[in-house]
Amino acid sequence: MSLGVEQPAAAGPDKPSFIGGSTRFVPGQPSDRVTVVNGKVELGQRLKDLWLNRDLLALLTRTELKVKYKGSVLGYLWSMLNPALVLAIYFAVFSLIAKNGQPHFAIWLFAGLLVWNLFNGAAMGATTVVVGKAGIVKKVAFPRELLALSVVGVAIVMFVLQIGVLILAMVLFGITPDWPYLALLPLGFLALLVFTGAVSIFLSAVNVYLRDTQHLTEVLLMAWFWATPIVYTFGQISRQVATHPSLAWVKYAYLCNPVTPIVMSFQRAIYGKTSYVYNGGVTHVLPNWGMGTYAALLGMVLAVSVGLFLLALLVFGRLEGNFAEEL
Amino acid sequence: MSVAIEITDISKQFRLYSEKHTSLKERVIHGGRMPFTPFWALKDVSVEIDQGETFGIIGRNGCGKSTLLKCVAGILKPTTGEIRVRGSLAAMLELGAGFQPDLSGRDNIYLNGSLLGLSRAEIDRRFDDIVAFAELDEFIDNQVKFYSSGMYVRLGFAVAVNVEPDVLLVDEVLSVGDAAFQRKCLDHVKRFQREGRTIVVVSHSTDVMRQNCNRLMVMKQGHVVTVSEPGEGIRVFLADLLGVGMGEGAEPGVPGGNVLAIGTVQAEHGGSGERMHLYPGESLTVTAEVDSLAPVPDALASIAIHDDANELVFASDPDDPTCALELPEGGGTVRFHFPEVPLLDGTYSVSVGVRSAVETAIYDWKDQVTKFEVVNPDRSTGRVRLPLDVSFRHRSTGLTGEVPVVPPAYAPLAGWEESAS
Repeated sequence: MSLGVEQPAAAGPDKPSFIGGSTRFVPGQPSDRVTVVNGKVELGQRLKDLWLNRDLLALLTRTELKVKYKGSVLGYLWSMLNPALVLAIYFAVFSLIAKNGQPHFAIWLFAGLLVWNLFNGAAMGATTVVVGKAGIVKKVAFPRELLALSVVGVAIVMFVLQIGVLILAMVLFGITPDWPYLALLPLGFLALLVFTGAVSIFLSAVNVYLRDTQHLTEVLLMAWFWATPIVYTFGQISRQVATHPSLAWVKYAYLCNPVTPIVMSFQRAIYGKTSYVYNGGVTHVLPNWGMGTYAALLGMVLAVSVGLFLLALLVFGRLEGNFAEEL
Repeated sequence: MSVAIEITDISKQFRLYSEKHTSLKERVIHGGRMPFTPFWALKDVSVEIDQGETFGIIGRNGCGKSTLLKCVAGILKPTTGEIRVRGSLAAMLELGAGFQPDLSGRDNIYLNGSLLGLSRAEIDRRFDDIVAFAELDEFIDNQVKFYSSGMYVRLGFAVAVNVEPDVLLVDEVLSVGDAAFQRKCLDHVKRFQREGRTIVVVSHSTDVMRQNCNRLMVMKQGHVVTVSEPGEGIRVFLADLLGVGMGEGAEPGVPGGNVLAIGTVQAEHGGSGERMHLYPGESLTVTAEVDSLAPVPDALASIAIHDDANELVFASDPDDPTCALELPEGGGTVRFHFPEVPLLDGTYSVSVGVRSAVETAIYDWKDQVTKFEVVNPDRSTGRVRLPLDVSFRHRSTGLTGEVPVVPPAYAPLAGWEESAS
């Protein structure tokens, strides 16, 4: 049986126009375009569909946000208030109570958390999104990856709101970012989005079949969080490793975590310092890398993430066929 | 005419698990093994649906008709086979599927429209039409969770029909809403038909099917029983529904088998011999030759008349004692006599059947086997000539009369009665 998109249909000459065609319906589909409904959706087609359905993606994201804040008068203000409060608590705890000597530690922490919150929020949300939206999945045909990506969209909006809080706090504390290094952030953000998208799409599909994925994800993300230098610094890792030469690989292992280079570049640009003086000694928080090193690291993360994204789409495509009956 | 939907050898297997392990933990504990029974919801279904055709799928619950529709819509993936669809497609499998209760009607129109494949600009353009069709003007900014169920389905239907797809899949949704809304829905279906769009409709309602479909596919246990004219399809469906073995598969003589067959059916009316048509109020006699292989003590004759729009005009009362027949072996002639047919202009078709009075079995059913035409010589219009008597009672004089044209200043004419009050 030929299900191939470009192969001619096994049909007589009386219906020659049933040859070829796409495997999915697109918005504004022309009347003579033939769709092989159950055909295998090739990777290129999947990517194209994501682009063609960008209206729907925006709408799904907006819907998620609206549902989230419906009924609360303050609406989006709440999502600003939450990170603002978190920032205030960090400031109170780490600058007043549990002083660790690092100046403006709250800003350092927030720079890393910004990245982590996007990743964590999207991954957690995406895990349950297909199951949660069973009503739509079982009754309407559309590229279901969009559901996972809409959760990433929500996380992006949260990210932007948190950036607003961060800028406010930096102005308040009089902290200037490292301006040239800010140029790294678009690349870092892109890498973060692609990586987060890949993980979200993968988890959203797997959880349909293995419903405890969400609990597993929760635990794994917790471990992942502490394996990323957010609450502590990469400088501390370097120092620990330096005392044990046999552990030099740990540093590289750290950098194999795709989130780490992204977090570090955000910290580098926003926190703006690689070291501080405490008790007469110089403490490094970040390595003295130039912009090129960061850019190269981010470029590698992006490349890996693109690969993972395509892989996630493939896995999703394999699993999505039975969504409607598994839900 | 080109093909709109080409379904080739579609089979769909569902796995029925005795116990389903939906978590990693359980899968690990059971070593990844999950015993299941395969269940073929569809087996080798092939059919071509032409462009502009209204194609009905009928069958008992669980026959696979909804599964097939979901496969065509791309919601379920068939196990084997191929489905090709020309042009855009919208599926109304459930009205208001995907509505977010917390969002307003306005937001839900945009969400639902996008899910069905409309772009934002297109929804902007059709927005007013959708709201007007759903009759929700003042409620459109209310949250959908506060809608009544009628408002909910109206909105769902309004969005779905405004998608204007080339192929529309409809699953049992034509039976929602009140009578007025149902008529509106059917009007939309008719408009779609006029515009040459393809409609695939799944329903249990034989009347909806008979009135709207060009062809009917009867399904049973995942197989296609027949694809035929609606009348024949409905006969097959009803016969199957009522548990009668059909055609060559059934042994003659055994109860429930083909013990009985209706032969020639003829209609004679008051005008027979002089003219082809009859006038309203004339008599009609339908005779049906019935052959029976064995005595049928519980036979029940039934007759139905449909108009040219395929709407049922009359069906005989199964409790009517004159319908009960005790058919001897060999058969005979059943005579249905209407002393008066008060129908107005039109061509009417007659269906004749013999069924069991004690069981829900049909011995034989000849769908729309003969026709008769009514021509109305006077100027009343409509379907039925109802006996009519018009009178008038004047408010001030209390006089009643046959013809209300005389003003009260004139003296009452002869034949007018004085009112008692």
